[in-house]
Amino acid sequence: MDVITVKEERCKECGLCIAHCPNEALSFSDRLNSAGYKPVQVDDAKCIKCGICYTMCPDGVYEISHNGESGGED
Amino acid sequence: MGDMIKGNIAIAEAAVRAGIKLYAGYPITPSTEIMEYLSKRLPEVGASFVQAESELAGINMVMGAAACGVRALTASSGPGISLKQEGISCISDEELACVVINVVRYGNGLGTLYSAQCDYHRETRGGGNGDYRCIVLCPGSIQEAVDLMATAYELAEKYRIVTVMMTEGALGQMMEPCELPDFIEPKKHPWGFDGKYTYKKIGIFDRNSMDEAVELNKKHEAIKAEEQRWEEEGLEDADYVFVAFGLPGRSVQGAVKELRAEGHKVGFIRPITTWPFPEKAFENVNKDVKGLISVEANATGQLIDDVALTIKKVIKDRNVPTFCLPCVYGIPSMKFTKEGLHKIISGEIKEAY
Amino acid sequence: MAKARKVPAIIDNPMSFCPGCGHGIVIRLIAECLEELEQDQNLIFALGVGCSSLLGGGLVTDRLHCPHGRASAVATGMKRVQPENTIVAYQGDGDAYSIGIAETINAAYRNENFTMVAINNTNYGMTGGQMSWTTMPGQVTTTSPLGRDCEITGNPLKFPELVASQFDVAFAARGAVTSPKNINKLKKYIKNGLEAQINGEGYSVIEVLSPCPTNWKLSPLNSMKRIEEELIPYYPLGVFKERKEN
Repeated sequence: MDVITVKEERCKECGLCIAHCPNEALSFSDRLNSAGYKPVQVDDAKCIKCGICYTMCPDGVYEISHNGESGGED
Repeated sequence: MGDMIKGNIAIAEAAVRAGIKLYAGYPITPSTEIMEYLSKRLPEVGASFVQAESELAGINMVMGAAACGVRALTASSGPGISLKQEGISCISDEELACVVINVVRYGNGLGTLYSAQCDYHRETRGGGNGDYRCIVLCPGSIQEAVDLMATAYELAEKYRIVTVMMTEGALGQMMEPCELPDFIEPKKHPWGFDGKYTYKKIGIFDRNSMDEAVELNKKHEAIKAEEQRWEEEGLEDADYVFVAFGLPGRSVQGAVKELRAEGHKVGFIRPITTWPFPEKAFENVNKDVKGLISVEANATGQLIDDVALTIKKVIKDRNVPTFCLPCVYGIPSMKFTKEGLHKIISGEIKEAY
Repeated sequence: MAKARKVPAIIDNPMSFCPGCGHGIVIRLIAECLEELEQDQNLIFALGVGCSSLLGGGLVTDRLHCPHGRASAVATGMKRVQPENTIVAYQGDGDAYSIGIAETINAAYRNENFTMVAINNTNYGMTGGQMSWTTMPGQVTTTSPLGRDCEITGNPLKFPELVASQFDVAFAARGAVTSPKNINKLKKYIKNGLEAQINGEGYSVIEVLSPCPTNWKLSPLNSMKRIEEELIPYYPLGVFKERKEN
């Protein structure tokens, strides 16, 4: 099973991931991280783990792993 | 006694034998033979020669090689060394080690092609922006220059500092008999880049300047304590002590010999390191000395400042007059120095400090 | 099954770039390529001055903060004495093309065997958005307050095209970070450049059109839109010098 992880502390609320998400699975949360940004949150029901958010993110917020194992090309 | 060899060539060959892995530079008279020689010689020993597009590029290539922990060299003169100051300041800041040769020529701006010592202040005070020093070696002969080449790297690496070999146009261009040193195969330094991020203290963006200042001063103090080099003669009973380095230092040595023979109580200090300045030599000066005299190849007097400051540290109970005999460029004749002394004694030349 | 995606270890740190800045995307792509080419533990960066300096705080690799504009000269020195290491000069347009144009162009001229990645965001980002040699005609910056007048400042510089047409380099390309599609293409360019270096083919340059939302005074999304609509028509994406064996 694929898992998406969000490092909220790194998010700078730029919104590039949200704009490019093909399934509208991403949105800004109502929380603030320690830098004062509202970090992204993932709607797991909509997320297809395509990795486009990872591709667009300038700040290394996202990680997508298979069965809890991460890294590299498949 | 070795074969006759031109100064620049001898120095270049000594650098090869000290194990340099890269030379990068730009031609400028009177240093050019160093790079011309190395363009042929370095490929023979498996090292790199780069004819850089500019002095700036040359010193920055040296910085890249130095960051990898290997011996790298550049050489230039006057305005070329001015351009290199950006890199020298950065190399000093990262505490990398390299050697820069300045074959000094006379003049401001583009300057002239005359042999001189007019870059004394720049070399001994760091030269670029910021708050650092370079170790400055000032050979008085081709043999001494050659013998100091490996030392220049050893000092640079021991203290992780830039060593400036400050020669003069005449030393680079003249020929003397010279024994060349043996080959050394230096080890790559553990702090050099290896691509694996083994050493983590180079290239740090966030720095603590307060802590670094303490370390920098400790380093400078250690160098001042350990690395002063000079030659001296006749200081104990001298009425007048000459201070001169490089080729003028050698000329003054001859003048002192003649003046002694004529009955004048004179001595000399020939700094071999001008930074650290050989303060220890001044402790050997007769406490009743009537004056110290710098003889230097520039117009305004530069070495005289260090002479005056240093004697003030050694003889505290009175102001010892210091005099300057600047010959502007070239190498002062023994006659120039001897006449200078007579003018000082007669009062025609007034003290500088 | 989807691709597993994880930020490479050598760059897996918080970065201090502005929100929506493209630097973070580019450095991640470089790190991914280096990891895939098994060069991430055989690597030295020569970092430029400007926003590219900010990498110094996040990279877990050998890297030198070079004097302003001189990264290509520093990289030359590194590569000459340690040819077995992969050397990447990472510079912005101001560093590489204005103050460092001599060092940049001469490294390309010599076909020096390293890879330069130049981030073109059409201004000097770190100092607050002054005009650079890649600022677009009419673009307002803090030093072209009425818009860049190319009559007196020259026309925006196209470096990859210049070296591809004039010098015998191994690889020259321009990419952009505006969309997943462009980012994937850019990654291929970066990989090609690094492979060229590893194979000893010579100089490779990859310029990246990258947003500077802070100084452009645009949102991150509108900055990407500006690249698509204004920059790409002037700075075409693609490969200008193909590797010989490809």
